[in-house]
Amino acid sequence: MTNTIDARGLSCPQPVIMTRDALKGRKAGRITVLVDTMTQVYNISRSAEKLGWTANHEEKDDQFVITLEK
Amino acid sequence: MKQKLGFFASRWGIVVVGALIGVIAVSLQKMGNPANMGICMACFLRDVAGALGLHRAAMVQYLRPEIPAFILGSFVAALSFGEFRFRTGSAPIIRFALGMFAMIGALIFLGCPWRALLRLAGGDWNAIVGIAGLIVGVSVGVLFLRKGYSLGRSQHENNRFAWLIPLAAAVLVILAVFYPSFGDKMALFRSIEGPGSKAAPILVSLGAGLIIGFVAQRTRFCTMGAIRDVVLMNDWHLASGVIALLAAAFGANLLFGQFHPGFTLGVDEAGKVISQPAAHTVWYLNFGGMALAGLSFSLAGGCPGRQIFLTGEGDGDAAVFVLGMLTGAAVSHNFNAVGSAPFAVWAMGIGLAVVLLIGFLSIEKGGNA
Repeated sequence: MTNTIDARGLSCPQPVIMTRDALKGRKAGRITVLVDTMTQVYNISRSAEKLGWTANHEEKDDQFVITLEK
Repeated sequence: MKQKLGFFASRWGIVVVGALIGVIAVSLQKMGNPANMGICMACFLRDVAGALGLHRAAMVQYLRPEIPAFILGSFVAALSFGEFRFRTGSAPIIRFALGMFAMIGALIFLGCPWRALLRLAGGDWNAIVGIAGLIVGVSVGVLFLRKGYSLGRSQHENNRFAWLIPLAAAVLVILAVFYPSFGDKMALFRSIEGPGSKAAPILVSLGAGLIIGFVAQRTRFCTMGAIRDVVLMNDWHLASGVIALLAAAFGANLLFGQFHPGFTLGVDEAGKVISQPAAHTVWYLNFGGMALAGLSFSLAGGCPGRQIFLTGEGDGDAAVFVLGMLTGAAVSHNFNAVGSAPFAVWAMGIGLAVVLLIGFLSIEKGGNA
């Protein structure tokens, strides 16, 4: 199972679908998602939090690294 | 630890912004914009196309200042929150085609999703048929997304060319303000009757556009996304903004005496049916036109409003979609395919075939699902 999802440059809602698919079936753990717009940071954080994960993000070299943990 | 994302990202943020858009739109109608058309991304882009001379429908030619103001408002918001990023390169010609057919579909119904909501809030029941079509179109788009539909990644461009977007918007604002004529029967064109002749005072339109562009960029307000997120994952975040828009517009219409319910407005003294403002009652065209538009929006990742705001925050692919919409407006009017016109049904059929084909051909193996 991959622990890093590269969703950079993808249109809505593909980053969210990719993230949800990765979270599905995982009871706990830590997943990193790479995106390049704040819109995707919002969408992925909101979606993951609904599934009971905590979401944090930081900006690195003009892109965002979202860390999801449960 | 949970990171706070701020007011605009919250449920309250999107509800307040949706309601604000509803009130502003209905107020624009009160101040001169066409009935049930306070804001319409499709109609306004079509009017801009007419002003520039891309089509010759004399009733719908006006360089709507709202359109470039939306782009600039979003640009300012993105810039001031450090979110402006120039990016492009995700299947631009496909996005152009999606924008073109989205516009053709929307002009068969006679409105984008925003106007569908405003028509409903004004009592035009044909909007219910259109919104049903929109929901079906977006749902078909969701099926494609679940199968692994993707237009591929955009590339993060150097910001070297980023000035192109605000420059284009600024030129349109200047043209709208001074409205020069470039000679006899030359652009800019301006309707002297019909919907294109009806407009709120220019400073009001500009101000409204800037405010809406700003708050829509902050909240990522999207009517297509609203439906898609509910269908795809039962997420009502964006939908709550859309519902707030509808409720606020309905309330404001009641207040201003602009609510006139019915599929038509009855008959005149000569027994001729008075239609709802810029509307027709051919249900399969209202339904099918919006289904085509909804499918095109969902395959492109945003409703026309969202594509305009994305343009403002530096998304070159969204800009190509908007240019496709401008072209679509010209095609619709030049080929007599607007509303219930003779070739509307042909345009709808061709559009659905092409857009479905784009959907099937863009399913990547391995997929999203």
